[in-house]
This record gives sequence, structure tokens and C-alpha cells, in this order.
Amino acid sequence: MTRLKMTVALVAAAMLAGAGAAHAQGTTINDAQIAHIAYTAGVIDVEAGELALKTSKNKAVREFAETMVRDHKAVNDKALALVKKLNVTPQDNDTSKALAKQAAAKKAELSKLSGAAFDKAYAANEVAFHKTVNGALEKTLIPSAHNAELKSLLETGLKIFQGHEQHAEHVAASLK
Amino acid sequence: MRAGFFALAALCLAFAGTARAETITVTIDKATFMPAAVSARVGDVIVWDNKDIVAHTATARDNAWDVMIPPGRTARIEMKKAGAVEYYCRFHPNMVGRLNVTQ
Repeated sequence: MTRLKMTVALVAAAMLAGAGAAHAQGTTINDAQIAHIAYTAGVIDVEAGELALKTSKNKAVREFAETMVRDHKAVNDKALALVKKLNVTPQDNDTSKALAKQAAAKKAELSKLSGAAFDKAYAANEVAFHKTVNGALEKTLIPSAHNAELKSLLETGLKIFQGHEQHAEHVAASLK
Repeated sequence: MRAGFFALAALCLAFAGTARAETITVTIDKATFMPAAVSARVGDVIVWDNKDIVAHTATARDNAWDVMIPPGRTARIEMKKAGAVEYYCRFHPNMVGRLNVTQ
């Protein structure tokens, strides 16, 4: 197993464990935690995109990264406006913490790379990251969301992020 | 008689002219083109109305045309030739649509 795959597996495991634990305790994940997880995932991808725009010279990679920064900022702005309107304070939790920790490790790893090596690692991580987050949205976060507006925003986000996943796959394939 | 024929011909041309200028709207919501398939005639204008919070594109698979639609805005393209065209969003390639353009 490569280090990249290992990191991806760890993030996935951490998220699933976090969601699973919430269910096991019978204390389902609440909207304030769901909002925090979704927002954290968005920030992580904006930062990864900004790193790519600083590092990459590849046109396909840069276009993809620009979309990530633009879209995830737009969805997070909408999420912030919604939690404010609902008077909900996003609540940090183990899943958010695991996501942030793994993202920091991944960022450190990507920061050491340049050129084609960076492009490949970034694209592969974007595929894996979107797969993980989309899976969590579909299986845990959306079904657990109580507020209708939050649920709707997460559903819209999922459709957009599924587009990112496919876009990332195309970019990754073009680099081979 | 002859004057009547010309008048009729002129009327037909005028009618054909107005019939061509149709505007067909495709709504974009939750990263989906709706309706996904649209029939149009050469000269018709397709308007994409983006209700989403992110930008999308409508990009012909054969690269004949490409238009960006900012969030909450519309964009339009006149159909210039007949044929079936598949199109997609460059930013979210899971979004696909189809235009059937006839003469």
C-alpha cells in the first residue's frame, strides 16, 4: 500500500468510525455537527486547490483547482449563511478533527512535491477525498440531517461534488 | 391572380421567419440540466437558466460551442446547424444534456 492510499484509507476509516460511533451510542449526529463536518471538508478542499494553483503549471489541473476553490467557497458561504439564519453554531466533533488532521498530513506531503509528481498526487487525492466525502454525505450526513434547508443544501452539494469526483477522475486519467 | 400569389408567398416567408425565432429554456438546478433532452430548430435560441449557487458551462461534446453560466444568471446560444448534439458541464462532467436540432 502506498502512503497516499494509506492516508486515504485512514481518512475513510476515521470518518466511518466517527459516524458509526454516533450511531452505536444511539446519539445520532446532530445538525450542528453535520454542518461542521461539511464546512471542514469544504475548507480542506479550498486549501488543497489553492496549493495546486500555487504549485501546478498543468492546464487541466489548474482549471480543476480553480473550480474546487470557487465551488467549495460558494457552498461554504451558503452553509455559513444558513447556520446563521437557523441560529446554529457549527460544533466541532471527532469526524471533523480526523478530517482536519489527515488533511494537514496530506498537505505537508503534497507541499514537498512539484511538477508531474505533484499533479498526479493532487489529482489522485482529489478523487479519493471526494469519494470519501461524497460517501459520507450520501450514507450518513444527508440521512441524519434534521433541518430541511440543511438537508437540501447538502443534497445540492452532493450533486456538485459528484461532478468534482468525475472531473478529478478525468484529470487523473489525463496525467497517466 | 398573380398579385395574390405573390402576396401569399410573402406571407409564407414572413410566417416562416417568425416561426424560427423560438427561445427554449433549459433550467439548471442541483447540478442537473432540465429537461435533459430538448428539440429545437435551426435559428432557435437555447437559454440556460442557472438556479444553482455555483457556475456551470454548457459545452458541446464536439466543441462547436461552449458557454459559461454564472450562478443565478442565464446564458444563450443560437442553434446554427441541424443535428443531434450532446453537451456537458466542463466543471461537473456528470451533468449531461442533449439537443436535437432540425431544419
